[in-house]
Parts: sequence; structure tokens; C-alpha cells
Amino acid sequence: MQRTRPVGDVLLHVDDISLSFGGVQALSGVSFDIRKHEIRAIIGPNGAGKSSMLNVINGFYHPQQGTISFMGETRKQMRPHVAARQGIARTFQNIALFRGMTTLDNIMTGRLLKMRRGLFLQALRLGPADREEIEHREAVERIIDFLEIQAIRKVPVGQLPYGLQKRVELGRALAAEPQLLLLDEPMAGMNVEEKEDMCRFVLDVNDEFGTTIALIEHDMGVVMDLSDRVVVLDYGRKIADGTPDEVRKDQRVIDAYLGVTH
Amino acid sequence: MTSGGTNQSTAAGDRPELTAAGYRPELTAAGYRPAWADTFPKLLRFQAMTRPDRPASREKTYGIWQSWTWKEVEQNVRDLACGLHLMGLKRGDKIAIVGDNRPRLYWTFVAAQALGAVPVPVYQDAVAEEMRFVFDHAEIRFAVTEDQEQVDKLLEIKSRCPKLERVVYEDPRGMRHYDHSAMSSYEQVQEQGRKFASGNPGFYSAEMEKGRGGDVAVMLYTSGTTGQPKGCMLSFDNLVITAENAARFDKVTSEDEVLAYLPMAWVGDHVYSFAEGYVAGFCVACPESGATVLNDLRELGPTYFFAPPRIFENLLTTVMIRMEDAGAIKHRMFKFFMNLARRSGSRIMDRQSVPFIDRWLYALGEYLVYGPLKNTLGFSRVRLCYTAGEAIGPDIFEFYRSLGLNMKQLYGMTEASVFIAMQPDGMVRRDTVGAPAPQVDVKIAENGEVMFKSPGVFLEYYKNPQATAETKTADGWVHTGDAGYFDPDGQLKIIDRAKDVGKLKNGSLFAPKYIENKLKFFPAIREAVAFGVGRDRVCAFINIDMQAVGDWAERRNIPYGSYQELAARPEVYELVKGQVEEVNRDLARDPHMKSSQIGRFLLLPKELDADDGELTRTRKVRRRFIGERYGELVEALFSGRDLHELKMEVRFEDGRVGNLSGQVRIADARVFAPEGAAASEPRKAA
Repeated sequence: MQRTRPVGDVLLHVDDISLSFGGVQALSGVSFDIRKHEIRAIIGPNGAGKSSMLNVINGFYHPQQGTISFMGETRKQMRPHVAARQGIARTFQNIALFRGMTTLDNIMTGRLLKMRRGLFLQALRLGPADREEIEHREAVERIIDFLEIQAIRKVPVGQLPYGLQKRVELGRALAAEPQLLLLDEPMAGMNVEEKEDMCRFVLDVNDEFGTTIALIEHDMGVVMDLSDRVVVLDYGRKIADGTPDEVRKDQRVIDAYLGVTH
Repeated sequence: MTSGGTNQSTAAGDRPELTAAGYRPELTAAGYRPAWADTFPKLLRFQAMTRPDRPASREKTYGIWQSWTWKEVEQNVRDLACGLHLMGLKRGDKIAIVGDNRPRLYWTFVAAQALGAVPVPVYQDAVAEEMRFVFDHAEIRFAVTEDQEQVDKLLEIKSRCPKLERVVYEDPRGMRHYDHSAMSSYEQVQEQGRKFASGNPGFYSAEMEKGRGGDVAVMLYTSGTTGQPKGCMLSFDNLVITAENAARFDKVTSEDEVLAYLPMAWVGDHVYSFAEGYVAGFCVACPESGATVLNDLRELGPTYFFAPPRIFENLLTTVMIRMEDAGAIKHRMFKFFMNLARRSGSRIMDRQSVPFIDRWLYALGEYLVYGPLKNTLGFSRVRLCYTAGEAIGPDIFEFYRSLGLNMKQLYGMTEASVFIAMQPDGMVRRDTVGAPAPQVDVKIAENGEVMFKSPGVFLEYYKNPQATAETKTADGWVHTGDAGYFDPDGQLKIIDRAKDVGKLKNGSLFAPKYIENKLKFFPAIREAVAFGVGRDRVCAFINIDMQAVGDWAERRNIPYGSYQELAARPEVYELVKGQVEEVNRDLARDPHMKSSQIGRFLLLPKELDADDGELTRTRKVRRRFIGERYGELVEALFSGRDLHELKMEVRFEDGRVGNLSGQVRIADARVFAPEGAAASEPRKAA
């Protein structure tokens, strides 16, 4: 596929990351980078440390060792709100939406960091706050249109089927206009049609907005189709890193997935 | 007439002068348009002159209703027409329009017509093969489509349609990586047109004025229950005069507002949301997407609403299901007031006598129940509401009328530019389709077939003189193919397709659609197909309604995993059996139909689907095709066996093909002795 925006420089670089919970070593010495405008997949068997890696990137977990550099700035550890402010948005493996709120309001919460006016002005609906709200609403409507969820705009999220909730969650992450979008198993539990839809949206997000995407996914077909480069984790270690084709042929990856006799 | 006008003063195009030579605003006797406005581009000029700032089109995008005034519409149409001209569209060319209802696609009709080209709307959900036939047959050179989905379909057929040169798409989403050597965006075409128009200011007006009322305005392919679709050619005169008659009949004004949500390729939509809008000058709104129609309907509150019975049925089903879940107080209130409405609502509307107390309670009900309910349905402002295309169920018809909605029926077809018969206010009955429409003559042929003659009679079928000759007699009468008769009070009653009316083995009349409609009036039954020609009794296939029966099953804790499983449940068979027997009891009362009672039936394990060719795109059953496809099942029905092993191929919505297999149970239904026989026999003798 041709790209509108060619893959650019390194956007995020994790270097020699190690993370342990008590005696459990979740990640040990993992390094890789994510380049601007690319779709980067993180795969691996259950318990390989994929979600932990995402949590390290957006500052939810603090690694004991290693550094993270994002947009040229190197840190020992991220903090979630700093990550969010710098342009890292994410979706969760188990949907984390406000179930009683409508689709529209949920996506609107994604704009929170972009709101400049204080609580006071907003509560009184004074001029500047109102104007700002209209701007944000417009941005949200573009996302609603983009994700083709106009029909559920005013439906409480709790009433929606799973596949649509996933889409709303993606919408909320997009509302923050992120530099880097982290997707934790965006297609888990979906049927074939929903998966195809979601794949199309991920590709479109990448293509139309130029958003860099890191995703965790179990469906190998999806990973091979979507991603530019794949990093493979097993027992907290990186065992392979490369294009889907390279990774697929890698003996260690095959062993990790199929098991080997020791 | 425009013949005298050199129209120097309108050359600028932007600001037409009201009194320019040839553009006199005097209206004809009908009161809608001046005589010179005999084509849609000229009607657009007239509307842009007389009500430049009134809204003409609306569309909901990004959650907000966007509007265009008549003046803006004409500018858009002019730019588009110039763009299409640059693309190479010539007088007499055919241009396809594929997509959901969108203002820009409606404008494409007028832009093409201004250049003397013929727009051909195509059903947007047609499978590629159906599209290929139309594109090939109509020799289409250009196509204007809505989005990527349609473009993909056209790319699929392009290699087999050598005449198709260029595709224009409205929504650029996902299109940037396509090969644009034979593709342009709508925006681009219009932009180029805008430049051309400012360089050649007189071009559009001059082209537009070459159009004549007798020219072909549009080509509508009729889906047809058998054989290949036919391209029905309608002239401007056909459409404009018929639309004008209909508008006058119901006193439609420029203040009215409609929602365009029916397929653009259907003549009903073409006349109701395009032709009538251009004649009467009212605003046509387009929904945000197919899935949001009900919401948009509610927000917009149209004043004039047209829908096939199916839509009204779905709306009613949704209301009923939601009422089941309502609290006890609301539920009882709803029941009480609906009973009252059933008793007196229709009578109040028709200004008949109603006891004072009922009248008073009805007014209270309007405040408590009917008003809020109409608001939920989006019918608060509806002044006029038509249903057509199929027979409507008695419950549904009564429900809406009792709420105070002026629901009427009409009878029409593509070949008549819709209107053949319509019901005047105050003379509305459920089992008739009304009196002949203005300027329409109707007669019943010897074989019982309804025939008509009107200003709306189509020119001909494109490249199909044989079919034209079969349908249209030399002196202008058109065969409708429907069997019917006139009531004593002059209203037309349609019973079935003339060719489908057959005889049972014992020689008695068999009108399958009449029986099927009676079955379909039950909410649990979505479709039915009756067989019986040359047989000793009538048997039927029945399709249950997934929503209604699924809900029913859930309330009774009857588990099911799929449509097939639900349709095979013995409880569901019992439910349907009860309804079949009710139909039988009803049929037994009718001396013509008493032999047509349904002896045996089965519930089909799959829904009949247009993608499998079992229904037409307007969802009419193709009885013959189904009879062939399910030949074994038909034989099983008549053989007396109770079970049949079925194996068949089905096509999914995304085009893949799968297999369906399973056992289908066949059930017997009770047949009743002609109840009124004793009473009716002596009367006949007397």
C-alpha cells in the first residue's frame, strides 16, 4: 500500500526496560523503537509482557531499569498525565468507558486536556466557554462521522454491543489528537465482520491523521496485514523485531508460539 | 415559453432577473409554476427566482442540519453541470447515480438534465451483477456515486462495461490511494465547473433552455418480479404534470417539508422527494445515514410523509416492544387511551358523530399519550401521510389513523409516474386504494386487469420495443398487470397480480397475494408464500419476524441461538398455527375465497432475501423463483410428509456463499367449514 506520509524518524524509543512485580520479572532488558507514522505491533504468547510494555510506555507502570525517550525527551519513567499531555492516548483491553454516559459525552471526555476554560466559566456557560465547547463538539462530530457511529451518538454506552463499545473507546482516544496511539487488543472478542471494520479504521486513522500506532493483537492475520514492523516478546524478553515477513520466518518466534521440546 | 427569450439579461446566471424576456412569473391555472418551467432545470430557475432564500435542501452532517437555499442550489447545480460538461457529458448521454439520499446526488439529476443528458438512478444495494446489467443496457458513460463502497462495486464491473468512462464520488474518505485516471471527486468536478462558469457566463442558461417538456427526464429501471429489469423512460411532462396534479390534490405548499429516505432509484422517491419538491418549492431533507432515519425523522418533524407499509409496520413494532417494557401505570394508560382512540380517533378526524365524553377524553389523550407518541415517532407535524406499494395491515392502518394521522393510500407504478388512484380526504378506507387520480382514466379489462391512461404514461422501455408494445396499447392504455375492481362508491380495489390469480384443482379462485397479505398482517409473520395453482388445497411457506418472535420467545424463556433454531421451535409453530387458523376462519367467511384456506404450512429456516433473488429490491416475494428454488419443499408440503431434509446454498450480505442444511417440519392447520354458507346460500337464491 502506498502511504500518504512515509515512515519518519524515531518517535519513541524504549531502552533496556526491566520491570518486576515482587519476584515476577515482567520485562527484562527490552529495547525497541517506534517511528513516526508507522503501525507497530507488539505480539507474544500469554504472559509475555505485552500489556506491561504498553503500561510502561504511557507511564502506568514505572520500570526499575531503563529509559523511555518520547519526541526527543528522555525520562527514567513516564507519568500517565504527562504521557497524555505529550500526546500518548490509549485504549484498554477491558473497555474502560463511562457506561452511563452517551457515546458523544464519552468521546467528549477525550477532549478534556484540550479544554482551556476553567470549571467556573463552563458551569456558567459564559461566552468563551460556550465557544470552546462548540469547537470541541465539532472535533468530536468529525470523529463520530469518521467512525460511522452517528446512529449511536446519544445512546448510553452501557447499552451498546461490545464491538461498538470498542469503537467508541477508539473514538475517545482519537479525540485527544494523539501523536502516539496505543491499542491494547482492539479486536479481541470481535466477530470477523467487526474485525474487518476495526482494521479499516486503524488503517484509516494512520493514513488520514498520520497517527503513529502501537498495537497489541493476538489475531496473527490482523497483525500481518496491518503492521509495518512487529516486535515479539516472550517471557518478558524481546525475541524478534522486524517486518511481518521476517518475524514470521524467525525460528525463535515459531518456537515461542508452537512450543519446543527441551 | 422560452422560445422568444434571447435572455441576455440572465446570462450572468447568478442573479436571474424576474422579468427577463421569456421568464414571466405568471402561474398556470394549477397555481404552481409558469408554463415555461416545464423541465426540472427550468423549475429550479423559477424557484431560485421566486423564493431565493427559502431552504431547498437539507442534510444532517456532523450532527447538524445544514441547509441550502434555492438560490444556492441553483449555483451548485450550475457549477456541477459545467463540470460535467468539461468531463465530456453530452446531450443524450446516460449518467448513473448511485448512493443513499444525498442533496448532491439529487442535484446531479438536475445538472445532467440541464445538459440534456439522462440520469439513471441505480439501487445502491444492488449486487454487482445487477448493476452491470443496468450499466451495460443503458450504455452509461459516467457515474456519480456516494462513497468508496459504491466505487468499489463499480470498479468490479468496469472491465465488463466498456462504455463506462469516469466515476465521480462524493465522499473522499478512503479514496486517496485509488487510481484517479478514471475517477474524480465531486468537489473537483464542481470546482472546475465553477471556473468554467465564470469564464462562460451564458453557457448554463443556454444549455438549460434547450430542454423541452417532451424530452426524456429520467430512466428508472423497474426491478420486475420476473426477467431482466426494464428501463422505464419518463419525460419531463410525465413527471412535472403528475407531480403538479398530486400536489394540487393534497394542497401541498412550499411550506411543507419532507424527509427523503427511500431508495433514489424508486419512482416513489423520485416523485415524492424530487419532482414534487421542485414543483411546489418545498424543502427536502436527507438523513445523516441509513441507520439514523428514525432519529432524523423525529428531529425534523416532516409535514408530508410517504412510506411503504413495511416502514409503518416496523415503527409500530418498535413502539409495541418498548411499551411492553414500560411501567405498569404507563402501560395501562397507553392501553386505555389506545382503546379509546381505536373507537373514536378515526371518526373524529373524518368529522363523524362521536359521544361528547369520548371527544373530551380523546383531547385529554392527545395531551397524555397521542401527542408524546407522535412526537417519538416524528409525526408531530405530519399533515399528510401516504402509504403505497403493498396492502397495509388493518391493525397498522387503524393505529395510525386513530392517533389522528391523516394516513391515506394510493395506487401507482413507475409506468404512470406513480399516481393512478389516490384517496381523497374524508373518504379513506383500508381495503381500497382510492378513486382515479386527477387526469387519470382507469378501466377494468375483461380478464379483470386494471388499465389506465394519464399524462404520466411513460414514453417507452429503453431498447425494448417488444415490452413496450406488450404494456402500452396503441391508443395509450397501459396494462398494470394487477387484478382489481371498482367498489360501488367508485374506489378501486386491488386483489393481486393479474397473472398470479389462478385456479385451484376444483376450479375456485386462488389469489395468493391476498392470502399472503392476510398472514403478513400478524406481527410474528414477516413474509409468506402461498402455493395452490392446480392443486387440491393451499399450502404456504412462512417467514417469521426475527424481532417480534425473538422478543416473544425471550419473554417465555424459550432459548434459541439463531434464526434457524427459532423458526424450528415447536412453540413457534404453535404460535403461527394459531394465526394461520385465524386467517382460515376469515377466509371461510368469504364466498370467493373459502376454498383457499391454508391446509399445511412450514416455517422456512432462512429469511427470504433480495441477495438470493427471492425478493425484489422493493421486497416483494418472487413467487415463481421461490417455487423453483425450494421445489422439494413445495412437493413435501403437498405430499403429506411431516419432515423434510433441506440442503441449499445461501449468499451472505458480504457476497460470500455458504451452505444451509437442516430438517424442516411441516405442520397441519385446521380448515373451517364455510361459516356464512348457510346464511349466504339462501341470499344468493333470492
